Amino acid sequence: MKDEITRDERIDNLKGMGCSRKRVEDARFTQGKGNYVDDVKLDGMLFGDFVRSPYAHARITNIDSAAALEVPGVLAVLTAKDLEPLGLHWMPTLAGDKQMVLADGKVLFQGQEVAFVVAEDRYAAADGIEAVEVDYEELPVIVDPFESLKSDVILREDTVDENGRPTDGAHGPRNHPNHIFTWEAGDKAPTEEVLANAEIVAEESMYYHRTHPCPLETCGCVASMDKVNGKLTLWGTFQAPHAIRTIVSLISGIEEHNIRVISPDIGGGFGNKVGAYPGYVCSVVASIVTGKPVKWIEDRMDNLMTTAFARDYWMKGKISATKEGKITGLHCHVTADHGGFDACADPTKFPAGFMNICTGSYDIPTAYLAVDGVYTNKAPGGVSYRCSFRVTEAVYFIERMIEVLAIKLNMDAAELRRINFIKKEQFPYKAALGWEYDSGDYHTAWDKALKTVDYEGLRAEQAQRVEDFKAGKTRKLMGIGLSFFTEIVGAGPVKNCDILGLGMFDSCEIRIHPTGSAIARLGTISQGQGHATTFAQILASEIGLPADSITIEEGDTDTAPYGLGTYGSRSTPVAGAATAMAGRKIRAKAQMIAAYLLEVHDNDVEFDVDRFVVKGAPERFKTMKEVAFAAYNQAIPGIEPGLEAVSYYDPPNMTYPFGAYVCVMDIDVDTGVPDIRRFYALDDCGTRINPMIIEGQVHGGLTEALAVALGQEIAYDDMGNCKTGTLMDFFLPTAWEVPNYETDYTVTPSPHHPIGAKGVGESPHVGGVPCFSNAVQDAFRAFGNTHTNMPHDHWRIWKTANELGLHD
Amino acid sequence: MIPAAFEYYRPKDIEGVLAILEQHGDDARVMAGGHSLIPMMKLRMADVPHLIDLQDVGGLSGIEVTGDSIRLGALVTQAQIIDSAELTRAAPILREAALQIADPQVRYMGTIGGNVANGDPGNDMPGLMQCLDASFSLIGPDGAREVAARDFYEAAYMTDREDDEVLTAVTLPLPQGGYAYEKQKRKIGDYATAAAAVQITGQGGTCTSASIAMTNLSDTPIFSEDAGEALVGTTVDDAAIKAAMAAMLGDIDPTEDNRGPVAFKKHVAGVILRRAITRAWSRA
Repeated sequence: MKDEITRDERIDNLKGMGCSRKRVEDARFTQGKGNYVDDVKLDGMLFGDFVRSPYAHARITNIDSAAALEVPGVLAVLTAKDLEPLGLHWMPTLAGDKQMVLADGKVLFQGQEVAFVVAEDRYAAADGIEAVEVDYEELPVIVDPFESLKSDVILREDTVDENGRPTDGAHGPRNHPNHIFTWEAGDKAPTEEVLANAEIVAEESMYYHRTHPCPLETCGCVASMDKVNGKLTLWGTFQAPHAIRTIVSLISGIEEHNIRVISPDIGGGFGNKVGAYPGYVCSVVASIVTGKPVKWIEDRMDNLMTTAFARDYWMKGKISATKEGKITGLHCHVTADHGGFDACADPTKFPAGFMNICTGSYDIPTAYLAVDGVYTNKAPGGVSYRCSFRVTEAVYFIERMIEVLAIKLNMDAAELRRINFIKKEQFPYKAALGWEYDSGDYHTAWDKALKTVDYEGLRAEQAQRVEDFKAGKTRKLMGIGLSFFTEIVGAGPVKNCDILGLGMFDSCEIRIHPTGSAIARLGTISQGQGHATTFAQILASEIGLPADSITIEEGDTDTAPYGLGTYGSRSTPVAGAATAMAGRKIRAKAQMIAAYLLEVHDNDVEFDVDRFVVKGAPERFKTMKEVAFAAYNQAIPGIEPGLEAVSYYDPPNMTYPFGAYVCVMDIDVDTGVPDIRRFYALDDCGTRINPMIIEGQVHGGLTEALAVALGQEIAYDDMGNCKTGTLMDFFLPTAWEVPNYETDYTVTPSPHHPIGAKGVGESPHVGGVPCFSNAVQDAFRAFGNTHTNMPHDHWRIWKTANELGLHD
Repeated sequence: MIPAAFEYYRPKDIEGVLAILEQHGDDARVMAGGHSLIPMMKLRMADVPHLIDLQDVGGLSGIEVTGDSIRLGALVTQAQIIDSAELTRAAPILREAALQIADPQVRYMGTIGGNVANGDPGNDMPGLMQCLDASFSLIGPDGAREVAARDFYEAAYMTDREDDEVLTAVTLPLPQGGYAYEKQKRKIGDYATAAAAVQITGQGGTCTSASIAMTNLSDTPIFSEDAGEALVGTTVDDAAIKAAMAAMLGDIDPTEDNRGPVAFKKHVAGVILRRAITRAWSRA
């Protein structure tokens, strides 16, 4: 048969890797046809909601539910006393700590869950909450981690022995009742020696403020216990549905095969939906108690005030260099405010996540990091908000230290970066704090970025602006923000990455249908990233069937293979690799079938785009579609019928995406209002699967970076009251506040990943936060500023100008 | 964010509204666009057992521009203010200010009547109405009366309106000269960090009248008569503007909140007023 179309057209028809294929998810999302957890409606479904503590630290002397039970529609009020016989009044956290499900005698943060009211609908539940009477006895409140470590107020009585001395924690000895862990990386004594003998040392203390991922859809679940067959079905906003299934099984005692966890469409996660929350446990218990499905959905204030904050790192740094600017050592100490419980969502062996990537993109021979975790009267969490584990903190730290060092050296910060970058020929590069960077070409990216924005021209313009300002011709200063980041994503190798003992591999299972279409299921779960689009593209290129003929399904633990979910930019590096590997298994079997059909030896056919051709005789071929049919209708000697494959991929290493960002900002010195004139983002995420989706991810990540850098925070007053519990005060940028972004790229494939991809969803956030912040700080460099803390909202920028004497 | 149960009323005429108010007293509230009241009810910070929706009440909508005055029915929305070419010709400052209120979705629902009647110091229209010397029409069991915007506000959420009265219209003299509504805010949808409304006239390069009001810098809008007076008879030079700023700063009384401390707000108030005066004077 004559082939009517060209090879290039056959490639285009697949819509495989490299194609800006339109997102298949968007047809439903843009028409309001998504199916989110709050869309799950079951017969007889009840609604549960929490009585929450108005106090940040208090003892509970009594809970009286009598009046609440009189409220029409209210069926039950659960307290810790009801959960205790089941052993469910506390639950384990992902960080090896434990957390109260419902207040067990005291509360440790404002908004803590005190009682769970179960009612026929959410209105009755809200009325019931008002009617529960709780007697509180206020206790001294600690919102400052440094004060906490000096205080004789013991926040967690469950972590001290009978003499009030701290018992060992999940990560070793603790030096104070309010201390959680000390975690170290690198070499302390050699680093201190390098710093002591260095020609130049720059020091800075910086606070990376507490903020929140704030997905558009809040957290929630529907628990449905079928008492007849003993099966529990749990729909929820879970970023890791399989892990949730295992955790629910372990803490409830329900056998894992009797639990089905379903993550339906998820409206953004950004780390907020990784952990396990009291709402899940209470919904499950309430469903068991009532025999009916129970729904729990957070409102916006619940979400902002109680589930999974991010950051809250007090970072103290020292960086040493030669007079010429060659960095010789780095020392970092972090005081990490974890709130009332350590509920960080990190790989279990990494209580400070991958903070030890804080040597950044630079060849720093000697380094030391220590992190101390501390309890305070704030909400628990510490999740990775649009970043791999604590990588945003690490990159912010080093990118600020570089700027501070440049000031100390009186040197251009771009040049300081250039002379310290890890060189292309040094990869794979073993960093002083332990990681082995797989690949990189930093100089090429940096030079491209600086050239594109005309860096020298910008500096000349800025110098002129300073002169004009001093001459009274303008009241606006110009800041040039630079950042160069290296991410560490794709957790991770099972040898060192696990969550509660579950190895952080991921998986893909493929079934090819007789007519040449397919379904692939993965252990990950999209929250808007477009997995159904991109994973089909990987498969299209690997197996030669059109992406449009491949369904991607995730999120149902009864059907999907086991995986650890989606966060930390791990889906493409880990599940994407599993997808490619499973595709290659399909291809290997298909090759044998094709050879049989073509009546040649297996080794005499080769794969070409969408078919197997006889070597040297391209007119003799069988398409993958033909092979698929043959797999189901031919009796082929020595080959089982069917065409399926499954792959569990344990990555040999992390992947290390990087990028070069430049922000140009004009700052109104009198009002503190910044105006972002230009933002250029060059990302190198290795092999690019869908350029359009990459661009969208970069836009989203930069916008969340802008938010965090310029105003988004979870702030508390001295009494532990959350001051930013609504979107009036919690900054969520709209199209109005967002500048035009220029995106660019280089491609340095990961050498160990099957398709060379590295992950991109979080890079723009990681690189963007220091870039926006550096722009603000750079605007004031000529007037003596070295560092001011984020968020750079109007009044804090104004304060910087004021303190530098720039107002009348 | 779930309100307590309430009775919902949708009367067809003002008599029906007044009857319900009379019957339930403090327990009843009227609602126009609902963009202040409903969030407060959802937060259970406002307890409104009897909610009276004004949407079907006749005679509360419509924009009338005559030779010397403008009348806005209480149910005129911010979007209608923005969209009315006739109103924009007669009083362009209304459009300039309305465009700085909230976001388009809110402006389709939010009304002038609700904005001025609620007494929220963050709302933009009360200060603007003081600047323009508007008056508010109130109707109650004892009949109708007019109150000057400059006399209407007593404290945060406290106004001259009695609980059994309804604000039905806003009337203002046709503004003359140059104008500006200048507002600094943290983001779209936010209340002002500081906002200034300025309406100014001049002849031969000399200011003949100036009216200045400030928003969200006290527990009520602030009409600063002294600030306006400081400009009259001057060429609106730097010294005059500084005098107006000083006079205004003597009248406002901002408090610290998430937008920043008092010193910052006072400084920004001065900057915003300077910019508003400069822009208004350039249009006079």
